[in-house]
Amino acid sequence: MADWTLGLYVFVLAMLVGIELIRRVPPTLHTPLMSGANAISGISLLGALLVAGDGSGGLSTALGLAAVVFATVNVVGGFLVTDRMLQMFRRRDDSPPRN
Amino acid sequence: MPPFALDLAYITAGLLLVLGLKALGSPDTARRGNAMAAGAMLLAIVATLLDRAIVSHGTLAVGLITGAILGALLARLVRMTAMPQLVAVFNGLGGGASALVAGAELLGPGHSGPGAGAAVAGAIGILVGSVTFSGSVIAFGKLQGFVPSRPLLFPLRKVVSAVLLAALLAGAVWMGLGHTEPEVIFAMAAVAFLLGILLVIPIGGADMPVVVSLLNSYSGLAAAAAGFVLGNPLLILAGALVGAAGLILTRLMCRAMNRSLANVAFGAFGGGDAGPSAEAGDRTVRRSNAEEVALLLGYASRVVIVPGYGLAVAQAQHETKKLTDLLVARGVEVVFAIHPVAGRMPGHMNVLLAEADLPWDLLLDLDEVNPAMERTDVVVVVGANDVVNPDARDPASAIAGMPIVEADLARSVVVIKRSLSTGFAGIDNPLFYLDRTLMLFSDARQAMADLAREVRELQ
Repeated sequence: MADWTLGLYVFVLAMLVGIELIRRVPPTLHTPLMSGANAISGISLLGALLVAGDGSGGLSTALGLAAVVFATVNVVGGFLVTDRMLQMFRRRDDSPPRN
Repeated sequence: MPPFALDLAYITAGLLLVLGLKALGSPDTARRGNAMAAGAMLLAIVATLLDRAIVSHGTLAVGLITGAILGALLARLVRMTAMPQLVAVFNGLGGGASALVAGAELLGPGHSGPGAGAAVAGAIGILVGSVTFSGSVIAFGKLQGFVPSRPLLFPLRKVVSAVLLAALLAGAVWMGLGHTEPEVIFAMAAVAFLLGILLVIPIGGADMPVVVSLLNSYSGLAAAAAGFVLGNPLLILAGALVGAAGLILTRLMCRAMNRSLANVAFGAFGGGDAGPSAEAGDRTVRRSNAEEVALLLGYASRVVIVPGYGLAVAQAQHETKKLTDLLVARGVEVVFAIHPVAGRMPGHMNVLLAEADLPWDLLLDLDEVNPAMERTDVVVVVGANDVVNPDARDPASAIAGMPIVEADLARSVVVIKRSLSTGFAGIDNPLFYLDRTLMLFSDARQAMADLAREVRELQ
């Protein structure tokens, strides 16, 4: 039960942190923000690795492996496409893109 | 790898995720923020692979490499106009992965019986993850155009959806009572899959920014639920962050249309069944041409361009950039007024204009652009309609209260449009009939190219 309560603490506090961080993001960044956040939601890849990799075989492993593929597409594609978009953003005065 | 080392890696990854998300929120640091978040993910993945519980590294490598190649290809090949579709696909995969993880963990060996808490969390993960998956598939179909983007209504849809949701909640309680047999888990996933379809299919194409934001939030919540099943705090942390981000964007999108989430979900807005207003016929518009408009623009001191989705559909971004450069070279101040729902997802129009190399600090939101409207010489509305409709100020209008670009307050208005058709809201726009409004009936791309040519010829 202690595990549960601890998880709940993390969940509630992380929600608050998320709200505070995102609230003031300028509209111009909303799409990259969403696709970046989207890549982060692929964090379930960690869980997928654990359930697919425990060597038990059977249904659980098969589902886990499917989850590994799904989540990896999400993570890799999400971060790459976000970077591709952010590359294009530049200010009025600097001619070459930033970073 | 000793357990404390894994915990240490997870804590570091969590910290990097939060800092990365913070940096993503500011244009100057956004790229670094994204890289930090990606680094955090890589660290967490490597640490997990070194965990003693993992034995079949070969199988995992196949899955990881397959996924990475697919993801990289999608990210590389997608066109910026198709970004909402891609985000929908990624949302769906993320949600689907979380549902699979939750299900697999409950079905896995070593569970003589998961605790009641883990079982309920698993049920929620399967529910939210599956809804995200199928909802995203439908959203993708609507954005891509192979599912009709108009709201597909069917009788009793609210009742059917409510019954399915009630069944799922009952199933979650049932699983909490210790019934985590494969049949129960698969039944939950199947019903949730159906619910996801039913929830998105009645929603019209114009409301997609809200749907994409909401599914983004769900994909985060599903990951957090999977974290509860596995007892993994990093999943809970990251999932909650994404859940919060999606909720905020959902709220912003709803506010930009002045509608509640319930109204978006069940209102079936944008049906297109409301025909053009009857009074449209009795009023006249002032038809103009590129030469006249170019003259107006070339000798203005301040021009505001209001791009709508029609501009993106016509692929007119690069012509718009050329026109902007020519005007700026003549000493004209040019800015863009970006309505929050100008694109098909939050901030979409900004990305499309950034792709055409327009600097982001020329792109202003409503709060920045409206106060200066009265000292603006010309407002050019390109492929936008409802977002400049002054009727939004009229409490009796269908779009009453929707925040708008106050184009009608400018000294003169140019509307570039293919015809006098109505917008998504299916209502007439009085802006078109003002004395100081010039209508340029043309394809957006053609019009922008013509205007650039004419401006170049001005002395």
